[in-house]
Amino acid sequence: MSSIRFEQVSHSFGDRSVLHDVTLELTEQRIGIVGANGSGKSTLVRMINGLVAPQSGTVTVDGQNVAKHARDVRRKVGFIFTNPDNQIVMPTVREDVAFTLRRRGLSPAEIAERTTAALAKFGLSEHADHPAHRLSGGQKQLLALAAVLVAEPATIVADEPTTLLDARNIRRISELWQTLPQQVIVVTHHLHLVENFDRVIVIEKGEVVADGAPEQSLAAYSALLA
Amino acid sequence: MIGLYSPGSSLIHRAPTLLKLFLLSLCVVVIGTSPDLRVVGGAAAGALLLFLIARVPMRAAAGQIAPILLILLVAVPIQGLLSGWLVATLMAGRLLVAVALAALFTMTTTVTAVLEAFQRLLRPFRRFVDADRVGLLVALTIRCIPLVSDIVREVLEARTARGTQWSLMSIAVPVVVRSLYAADALGEALIARGLDD
Repeated sequence: MSSIRFEQVSHSFGDRSVLHDVTLELTEQRIGIVGANGSGKSTLVRMINGLVAPQSGTVTVDGQNVAKHARDVRRKVGFIFTNPDNQIVMPTVREDVAFTLRRRGLSPAEIAERTTAALAKFGLSEHADHPAHRLSGGQKQLLALAAVLVAEPATIVADEPTTLLDARNIRRISELWQTLPQQVIVVTHHLHLVENFDRVIVIEKGEVVADGAPEQSLAAYSALLA
Repeated sequence: MIGLYSPGSSLIHRAPTLLKLFLLSLCVVVIGTSPDLRVVGGAAAGALLLFLIARVPMRAAAGQIAPILLILLVAVPIQGLLSGWLVATLMAGRLLVAVALAALFTMTTTVTAVLEAFQRLLRPFRRFVDADRVGLLVALTIRCIPLVSDIVREVLEARTARGTQWSLMSIAVPVVVRSLYAADALGEALIARGLDD
């Protein structure tokens, strides 16, 4: 597993402080991050692959400072956004998955082989040549996941990946997390999604207020909401 | 090209994209400049044969060609009365064959293949133009059409649901704002997928 370290990280947008002096080390395979809207959890995970640079403090992945080695870190850390529509770049399903591999110096045959395998793994083979924008919400999120996983990252960060999905697709994605060999860091409002995770972190007003086993952290979060 | 590709392994599907583009351009120029009805008729028969070889769904092909028929329904009688029926028939034949061949190209060629063809075409100019970037630009443009179309549809639905009266500003402002947000998110996704250089 990758070792992701936040060292005294603070960040604000204008006058609004979103993260305040956060120090964390993430080494477990499945980590959930929960918190209210605007608590700073999305900003925190966006720092892992350099989408947001901390105003103070450092974020490192396997010892590499993300601010200085963002490109190298992004090869190790795949990112899944809330709205898969914003993540789909190419017009068809197959082309979008293959797009991830285009700048990796692979031969066309190798790209085709890995793309076909990724589509089969996520049950998208029959949609391979269909327009990506015509997929259902769940299929689009699976496509986003396939497009990230085809690059074989060591870590996958997902920022509220189930927010736009129905109950069946939430269950599908939830089951998928359990089978992935990668390190998975999921920000979510669907608490049952992280019940079986190794660790759950609760963020409130830019600070870590609970961190530990899911039962303990989720109980603390429920108390916070009460 | 959005959603028009029809998967297949026919000779037309497998033909090199640049060759298809070249033949399409050549055919359009020949039928566009020839005053001989037999040439246009021959091209029409050739186009039909190519559709049969490509084995693309005829219903989808008809869907591609149908809009031009509506235009011809108006344009042919006007042209016939003003310039004669031979000229009107030639114009109709030229347009039909050109649109049919263009539809055949889009139905048998993936966007990736078109991008790669563009990149190959631009390669001699690599000192002046970044072919990869132009390819990405074209791909994103094609991809953004359904994205913006969805935004417009949602804004129109929201306007209807709220019972607001028609006004250009009430549509344009949210569409532009949401499109900019979507562009920002797409940019982030490109960075996350390693296209930050």
